[in-house]
Amino acid sequence: MPKRDYTNGLPDPAELKEELLKKYPRKVAKKRAKSMVTNNPAESKEILANVRTVPGIITQRGCTYAGCKGVVLGPTRDIINLVHGPIGCSFYAWLTRRNQTRAMEGDPNFITYAFSTDMQDENIVFGGEKKLKEAIREAFENFHPTSIGIFSTCPVGLIGDDVHSVARDMKAELGINIFGFSCEGYRGVSQSAGHHIANNGIFKHVVGNEDRERTGKYQVNLLGEYNIGGDAFEIEALFEEIGVTLISTYSGNSTVESFAYSHTADLNMVMCHRSINYIAEMMEEKYGIPWFKVNFIGAESTAKSLRKMAEYFGDSEMIAKVEEVIAREMLKVKAVAEAVKPKVEGKLAMMFVGGSRAHHYQDLFRELGVKTVSAGYEFAHRDDYEGREVIPSIKIDADTRNIEDLVVTKDDTRYREDLAEKKAKLEESGYEFKDYKGMMPDMQKNALVIDDVNHWETEKLIEFYKPDIFCAGIKEKYVVQKYGVPLKQLHSYDYGGPYAAFGGAINFYKEMERMLATDVWKLVDAPWKHEPEIVGCVTVDA
Amino acid sequence: MFELNSVQKQKSTYKATQNACKLCSPLGASVAYKGFEGCVPLIHGSQGCATYIRRYLISHYKEPIDIASSNFTQDSTIFGGDENFKAAVLNIINSYKPQIVGIASTCLSETIGDDVNLFLHHFLEEYKDISTEFVIASTPSYQGSHIDGFHEAVSAVVKKFALSGPSQDHINLFTNFISTEDIRLIKEITADFGLDSILLPDYSESLDNPVWDTYHRIPEGGTSIANVERSGSAKASIEFGTILNQGNLTGRVKNKKLSRTGGKYLQNEMDVPSIEMPIPIGITQTDRFFETLKELSGNEIPEKYTKQRGRLIDSYVDAHKYTFGKRAVVYGEEDFVVAMAAFLDEIGIELALVASGGESGMLEEEVKKYCPENKDKVVVKEGFDFESIKEWSQENKPDILIGHSKGYYIARELGIPIIRVGFPVHDRIGGQRIKHLGYTGTQELFDKVVNALIEYKQTTSPVGYKYM
Repeated sequence: MPKRDYTNGLPDPAELKEELLKKYPRKVAKKRAKSMVTNNPAESKEILANVRTVPGIITQRGCTYAGCKGVVLGPTRDIINLVHGPIGCSFYAWLTRRNQTRAMEGDPNFITYAFSTDMQDENIVFGGEKKLKEAIREAFENFHPTSIGIFSTCPVGLIGDDVHSVARDMKAELGINIFGFSCEGYRGVSQSAGHHIANNGIFKHVVGNEDRERTGKYQVNLLGEYNIGGDAFEIEALFEEIGVTLISTYSGNSTVESFAYSHTADLNMVMCHRSINYIAEMMEEKYGIPWFKVNFIGAESTAKSLRKMAEYFGDSEMIAKVEEVIAREMLKVKAVAEAVKPKVEGKLAMMFVGGSRAHHYQDLFRELGVKTVSAGYEFAHRDDYEGREVIPSIKIDADTRNIEDLVVTKDDTRYREDLAEKKAKLEESGYEFKDYKGMMPDMQKNALVIDDVNHWETEKLIEFYKPDIFCAGIKEKYVVQKYGVPLKQLHSYDYGGPYAAFGGAINFYKEMERMLATDVWKLVDAPWKHEPEIVGCVTVDA
Repeated sequence: MFELNSVQKQKSTYKATQNACKLCSPLGASVAYKGFEGCVPLIHGSQGCATYIRRYLISHYKEPIDIASSNFTQDSTIFGGDENFKAAVLNIINSYKPQIVGIASTCLSETIGDDVNLFLHHFLEEYKDISTEFVIASTPSYQGSHIDGFHEAVSAVVKKFALSGPSQDHINLFTNFISTEDIRLIKEITADFGLDSILLPDYSESLDNPVWDTYHRIPEGGTSIANVERSGSAKASIEFGTILNQGNLTGRVKNKKLSRTGGKYLQNEMDVPSIEMPIPIGITQTDRFFETLKELSGNEIPEKYTKQRGRLIDSYVDAHKYTFGKRAVVYGEEDFVVAMAAFLDEIGIELALVASGGESGMLEEEVKKYCPENKDKVVVKEGFDFESIKEWSQENKPDILIGHSKGYYIARELGIPIIRVGFPVHDRIGGQRIKHLGYTGTQELFDKVVNALIEYKQTTSPVGYKYM
């Protein structure tokens, strides 16, 4: 079947949606239908998200433990992350996300380790607290870390090991910061629950532990940037040039030490809204630090985010510097974009990844003139699709109620009244805080938005749209490539990157040139299949 | 009756495991299930298990690998996974129409005491007309490692389908956890002997597909149910591996009778003689395999193989001066390291350390049995992790590392070469296609080892010889 005609906008996917749902039992179909929305940026539509995956449908979602240990705490280098459980969970989260970190000479870096209590039968039957304590003592003696985090896997909660009391005991015994996370895999509907649990744990046990003297005139935190493929390094370099002091990043290239004084920042900027907005909210409530959403994926978005930051501080020197950097970098970016764009313009992309990447990367594609025909998140909530204004109307189900909602109160001595006032003043002039409008308003009319897409749906989507590139992760990669469609991994970047900020945009453009302008996919169909059979003729003498 | 086995611990004195040299049990079971035709694995537990395992297998095999999950949530954890199990099975059957659903349990379902057999019984009572077959393997991660899960699943399939009958001419091959290329090689060899052989399991196609023109929801390939049925009337079974899942597992409360290998089951229950031998790597062990095939088939060893053997010996002679006395660290699954050590022993390499994350209690004995040259000086460690391997290596300064990708950081730190073999190999292309077995597999390994040693010498020499 030839490719559809996209000249007058995207095709109405009604027929596709019907086909997707036809295969499911009635109840499942009813549920899935609500998670598939034909987009119309002019009107807000509700999408069903952050609900349990239907068993037996092959989902790309991970578990609570993956979100807590793997995503949020995994990239932090000066903490020993000890996984309490049988061996698999620890092994599978061993550097698999390709986070990078840059420790100073002599500073600890534990992210290359996978520590596990490696529970055996006897620990399941008789309890594992003793082994856990021994493992903590041992980690302390061998590595002398300043903090140790304990991560619970499925059996831990079931056999009743109390990681929190073990943490308290060991903290008293060893005199370092030790805290536990009840992030058993079954706790939530996806890794999203783990993010929330990690946010709570860090906020409760670490943030505010150290009131460090100011080190810069303008101090900021960057939240929800995980330094895959060196993304954070690109952003850090920009901040430095502009004269902004980055106090802490949650959690790419980060330390627990910096989380402890991250409350001394003047501003929180949120990249991945889904995984980290909880800490931004709690910091504002307790310390009065305002936050807004930024995006450093895409050159235009980077420029926009930098300008917003400079406007917040209102320093004319910084504003001028920002403009200077943008002008200089855009020159380089445009040169590459102009060379690549003619080769890829009009191609079609689909992306199903994460809680923010499926949105952010659309900006990069837009800069190249590549259309996003369908997209969705793996573990996001409604607000990541529709915008934060829907939060009050999100139904709180049992799975959400399961996760502790920390009660945060104003810290009377450390609350920054000055920042609260600054925020109020800026808001009067139309400046927006806590502003995430979600993915859907940025997408084209008729684009198909699907939450928690599964294998079957992926196959049908490819058949319907015949995209030129599909963005997802390793689990989808070889399924998609069997169809002759290249897949770009947006979790691990296919061992490439960085793609953030201006330098990253250039890398991404070149990567798209390589992937979209290659001829290798034409070889998928062997030539002899399209050529007529060799026909011979025999002359028979009568 | 259940018994508590306590194993003599040879592991390091560490309490925690730092950078484990083993994976978890349901992963092994998933690989094994993929080797049976039309089988979709289902991991009964929380969805993270299936996702992580898929993620890991896919990074090695670079293929679509569908593994379903029963997606436990908090309430299924409290009230049992019956409902989730039922929903999962129904959805798999609807969308995949599989011949077999291969079920692997997890730490979660085993700890809460889910009785999958009972769930299945209830399910089949409700849905009488379902023709899909079900196999169940008990694979909690706290019992053994991925290799135990692998054997557990293989024997579960055999127990489920094998039919006893008068002995016929075909043979069974329990080839252990080997690469897809190795499986293809074994198939070629047995075919050349004119033997009708049944591979248990055979994931050589299903985990290493060619590019497709139409998408297959369940990849083609795998041993068919009909062939597993015939395994009960085979002339003999050959089992690669001398440890298999026969060893003890630390603190494992297990009924040994339940965890026999497929080969032992067929021998005890259906009188199919089982011939156990190490995985055929190196000349000695490959000879043994070929002798066995010769005996079973009644045919002479085809000339093709005597020539391969001849070339291999020829190269051993040519390159001996580069390998002799070099000290190697070998790590991985227990049966795999025994075979790899036996090969290295043969080419004059000194086995500095043979290590595994497995804890059968049998490794040292087996290594010494098959490594006559090294048996007095080899250090064998069970239940070892990569940090212990690293510390040991820093002290003992080996010349080369032989094992999978997870040891790369040690080689990098020590500045010595690493030869990637076994599973997982996710930092190279073609990890799934590495050939290890037989004369040709050994030849490839041998060349790699020798060339790595030469290259090291070349790079570190002040002269930079370009002629050897």
